[in-house]
Parts: sequence; structure tokens; C-alpha cells
Amino acid sequence: MSSFFSALLLQGGYNAALVAIGASLLGFAAGAGGSFLFLRKRALVSDAVAHATLPGVGLAFIVMVLLGGDGRSLPGLLAGSAISAWLGLLAVEWIVRRTRLSEDAAIGAILSVFFGLGVVLLTVIQSMSQGRQAGLESFLLGSTAGMLFQDAVLIAGGGAAVVALIWILRRPMTLVAFDPGFAAARGVDVRRVDLAMMGLVLAVTVIGLKLVGLILIVALLIIPPVTARFWSERAEAVVWSAGALGAVSGYVGAAVSASAPALPTGPIIVLISAALFVLSLLFAPARGVLASVLARRAFQARVHRRQGLLALSRSEPIHDPLTVKILRRENLMRADGVATAEGRAAGEKISRDERRWSIARKQHLDTALTGRYDGLTPIESVFTADEIAHFDAAMERNA
Amino acid sequence: MGAEFVQFSLTPILIGMFAAMACALPGNFLILRRQALIGDAISHVVLPGIVVAFLITGTVTTWPMLLGAAGAALLAVVLIEAVRRLGRIEPGAAMGVVFTSLFAAGVLLLEQSDTSSVHLDVEHALMGNLEQLIWLRADGWGSLLDPEALAHLPPELPRMAVVAAIIGLLTLVFWRPLKLASFDEGFARALGLPVTLIGLGLVTAAAAAAVAAFDAVGSIIVIAMFICPPAAARLMTNRLGKQVAWSMLFACISAIAGYVLAGYGPLWIGAASSVSAAGMVAVVSGVILALACLFGPARSRVGVAAGG
Repeated sequence: MSSFFSALLLQGGYNAALVAIGASLLGFAAGAGGSFLFLRKRALVSDAVAHATLPGVGLAFIVMVLLGGDGRSLPGLLAGSAISAWLGLLAVEWIVRRTRLSEDAAIGAILSVFFGLGVVLLTVIQSMSQGRQAGLESFLLGSTAGMLFQDAVLIAGGGAAVVALIWILRRPMTLVAFDPGFAAARGVDVRRVDLAMMGLVLAVTVIGLKLVGLILIVALLIIPPVTARFWSERAEAVVWSAGALGAVSGYVGAAVSASAPALPTGPIIVLISAALFVLSLLFAPARGVLASVLARRAFQARVHRRQGLLALSRSEPIHDPLTVKILRRENLMRADGVATAEGRAAGEKISRDERRWSIARKQHLDTALTGRYDGLTPIESVFTADEIAHFDAAMERNA
Repeated sequence: MGAEFVQFSLTPILIGMFAAMACALPGNFLILRRQALIGDAISHVVLPGIVVAFLITGTVTTWPMLLGAAGAALLAVVLIEAVRRLGRIEPGAAMGVVFTSLFAAGVLLLEQSDTSSVHLDVEHALMGNLEQLIWLRADGWGSLLDPEALAHLPPELPRMAVVAAIIGLLTLVFWRPLKLASFDEGFARALGLPVTLIGLGLVTAAAAAAVAAFDAVGSIIVIAMFICPPAAARLMTNRLGKQVAWSMLFACISAIAGYVLAGYGPLWIGAASSVSAAGMVAVVSGVILALACLFGPARSRVGVAAGG
């Protein structure tokens, strides 16, 4: 446990600190970049992008070895993965635009075919005698233990560049994510903004390959934005809090795995971000499960209280256990079912208000006002005192 | 096409074909319902299921693996639906959250439990072991009539054949409700069809196909076959019956050509060893899809030919 805290405070050694910083920057870039895809309802495009990097990695390795270099040079492999992922993206877009296949079919086709091609190339590499291919499989699941200083610089620099680009492009990307039609009418080139969005996701994927691997980077692009959505209705807040959630997952995940070497970094980071998701799903204010259960129960209580008071004012017996419980808790009704003085007064008021409402709804043709009648809205919050007095007068005349 | 072919290539090709057809068949309906990526999600969550089954039973025998995988697939479908409803999240994102988390859990369990010593590793999960499903006891085409040799067929072959046959039979039996529910859910509901149940049944059949095929051929073939042959077939015709037939043809071509290219292709160009059969099957299915995108008679969204 103490090694966990020392890793958390960047005291767990040079390499652990390197990984923690790299992972949190990557997490931030992934969370923020993935948000736009999520808001554009295209979260799974990142799945296709990630899988489409594999043949590029394999081809880059083969080409570098054939040219007599070290097949494992990271910049070369990343360049290869970026090119093939970009081709995969263009292929998805081409299929959606040119054929009648839907986007999810295109995504699935591209991810499986590119991944298959990548696996074929990996077996080719395995049969090549030269080039020290060991470690190439780590692109599938990521490996942080072997992270070197220049890798960390690459990840940090790339992550920072991605975040800067997100900052610059946040307005047009938000616009396109929410309402592409409106964006087009405002003169925004939707296709180019979409491509920029994809480009950012692609950059995050390529940077993240070394750290979490191509299969799990998808998780970092999808889970933090979905989590952030629970906490805010505002697009920009979603983007930056998704970044923060991603950064926390990356940082804590790296610290956990640094303190327990048997725990692989990639899956740990993903599982921490999944835990944050579950917590938000349950406990977020307004959109969380708990909040909606509480809101539902509060509403239920208001309905029962009102129905109970109406029944009291008419001296009808109340059988519903929830209604009885609420009325007795507020001391509006005695244990034997008879209204207390307060209960009678409240019941009187509510039934008077009910009569006022019925007059109001006959007299007022303004549905913006009378339409707010739902049996729960107090009449004073809709009409002024003069108007209510007017209704009372009308009631007198009727009586 | 001699004894060696029967011994080393016949059974893997047949297993590949049955697996491809078993996946492509439900894939046709998943694509129409815009649920194509369910196959992708299921094949990712099969991994944790298999690992958990191994941790519980301590063996790598078939039935615990299949049950574990099926349980995980079912759990994933339930979780996706729960996240979608409870969180009011669009289906794609809900799916992404669930399958990536479960997959991460699977990888973590795998690394923790040291299962790699018993041929249960990520590579195997991805690529399967199609190349190793050979029929050693065969000594020529005559062995197909020899009960002694037939008894030593790789058990994956009869299992995959049975699964493919069951899925085919179910498709025939439920053809009309499946068709209605996939094309026009509202109309199907108005007719009183149990649309939700049909959807669940379809996903269950897909999960069964994925799980059965996963052990033998790996997740790459499963994902590719769920999507590529049906998608290519969809560009060939406007009629569902013909589409399903085309998809079966494409699935078979992918399996046969993919295996042959992987096994013999490198030898033709002078390379020493074969390449991944699973990967190659996926690549061939992609080539077929690309050709269908370019030349398929019903490829475009507009100007769809009448009648068909």
C-alpha cells in the first residue's frame, strides 16, 4: 500500500513517475478527444481506428527491417500505424457515402478486415529471422514497463499537441457534434470538421498504442466522455471533465500498476475509468440512477400528500398506506385517521385552490398559464393575488 | 488433392466454412437491424468468460469454456441494455463502455492467473487454432468412409457443423417473423409479433455462433464473418432470401480461399512458412466486400431497382 502512495506522489522511482505522467496526459487527450465523437454519436468509430492501426505497425516493421534498420523504432511504427488507421477511416467514410451500408456495418467490416490483415503481417514477421520481432505483440495490449524516456516525451508531446488542437477547434467541433445541419447553415465545413475530429482520435490512438495497446485505447476514448456526460449538460464542460476523468484514470492506474508489477497497466487504467463510470451512473446528480429514483419518490410523495389532503377535506377515509404514512409524518392526520387542525386547514386550502383552478381554466384561454395545471403546481405561483381574488369572487357568484 | 490434403487441409477448411456460415447467417439480420457491432462486442467479452471458466474449473476442456463464454456473452448483452436504459446513453456508446471494460477485466484476469502455460493466451483468443485442427488419422479420401478414422476427427468439426445446422434450422423456422421484425419493427409490433423476444433470440443465436466458433477459429474470423459476407450480400440484391444465399456463398469462399491462401500462398511466392489462416479469411472477406462495394448491383442508396 505504501508503494502505491509513493507511486501516487511520483516518489516510486524515475520510471514509475514517467509512466504516471505519460498515462495521465494520454488519458486527458483521449477523454477530451473522444468527447466529440461521443457527442456526434459515433463513439465506435474509435474502435475501427484502433484496430486499423495494426497492419500499419506490421508493414512499418517489415519495411524498416528490409531497409536494414531496427524494426522496433517507435516513430517508424507510429507513422505506419497512423497511415493505416487513416486509410481505415477513409474506407469507413467511403463505404458510408458510396454504398447503402450503414455506419456500424462499415465500422465492423473495416475493423475486422484491417485487424485480420495486421494479424497476417504479424505471422509474416514471426517467420522473419532477422529484426528482433519480440515485443511487437505488445502493441495489441500495450506495455509500459519498457517505456523509455524518448517514448515518454513522444507521448507527452503528442498528448499536449492534441489537447491544444482540441482547444483551438472546440467551437466548430461542438457545433458539428450537436447540430450538423445548423453548422452547415452557419458556413462551417462539416466534412472537414468531421475529418479533424477523426484526426484527433487517430492521433490519440497512435500515441496510446505503446501505453495501453490498440484494443484498450478504445476504452479510453469512449468511457470518460460517457462518464462526463452524467455530470453536465454543457458540451464544453463534458469535454474538459472527460479529459480530467481520463487523466485521473491514467494517473491512478499507472500508480497502481507501478506498485504491483504483476498488474498490467493498460487493463488497470481501463478498469479504473470503468469504476468511475459505474459510480457516475449510480450517483451523479440529475442524471444518475440514485438521483432519478429519489426524484421519482419525491414526486410520488407530493402526489400522495395532495390526494390525501383532498380526501381529508372531503372527510373520506384514506386506505393507501403511503398516503397515511406521509400525512401522519407531517402531523396532518391523527393515528385514528381523523385530520388534525393543520391537516384540515391544509386540506381546505388545497380544495379551495382546486376550485380556483377550475374557474381559472374556464376563464383563462391563455394555455401558457392554465396549461401549467397538473394538480401539484400551487396556484399562487401562476396567478397574481388580484387574479386569485377575481376567481374567488367568481366562485362566490356561482355559489 | 491427395492424402496430404485430406489429412492437413480438409478438416480446417470444413470447420472454417461451418464457422463462417454460422456467423454470417445471424449477421444478415443484425446488419438490417443496425446491430452489426453486437458481434464485435460479443467476441470481445468471450475472453473474460473463458478465463473465469478456467479459473473455476481449472481445466481447458470444451464444455466449461463454452459455458463460460456463453455466460459472458449473455452478461454483456444484459449489461449493454442496462447501461443504455439506466444511463439514457445511445446504444453505440453503451456497447463501447461495456465491452472494453469486460475485455480489460479479461486481460487482467489472464495475466494474473498465469493461464498462458495452458495454451490460453490472447494470441490464441484472437487467431484461434484453425491450422492445428488437422485429421491425423486420415490417409486419403477413403478415410471419409472409414469409421475407425472418422472417430478421430477433430471434435470441433462435428460441433461446428451441429451449431451451423441448428442456426440454419432456426432461421428457416422463424424466417417470416425475423424478416418482418428486421425490416419494419413497428409493423411487426402492430401485427402482434413479440419483437423484443425476436431481437433477444437473434442476439442469443449470434452469441451461440460466436462462442462455438471462437474456440476453433478465434475472434478475428467471428467478427469478420458476422459483418463482411452479409454486408457484401446486401449490395448484391434487394431480396432477403437472395441476400442470405449470397452471404452463405461469400462466407464459404472466404473460408476456403482464406485458408488456401494462408497455407499455400506463401509457398507459391517462395516464402518458407504459412501465415495466419484466421487473418487471411478476414482479408479475403474484406476483398469480397470491396468488390461488392465497387460493382454490386444493389450497392447504391438511391435509384434502387424495382422488383429485383
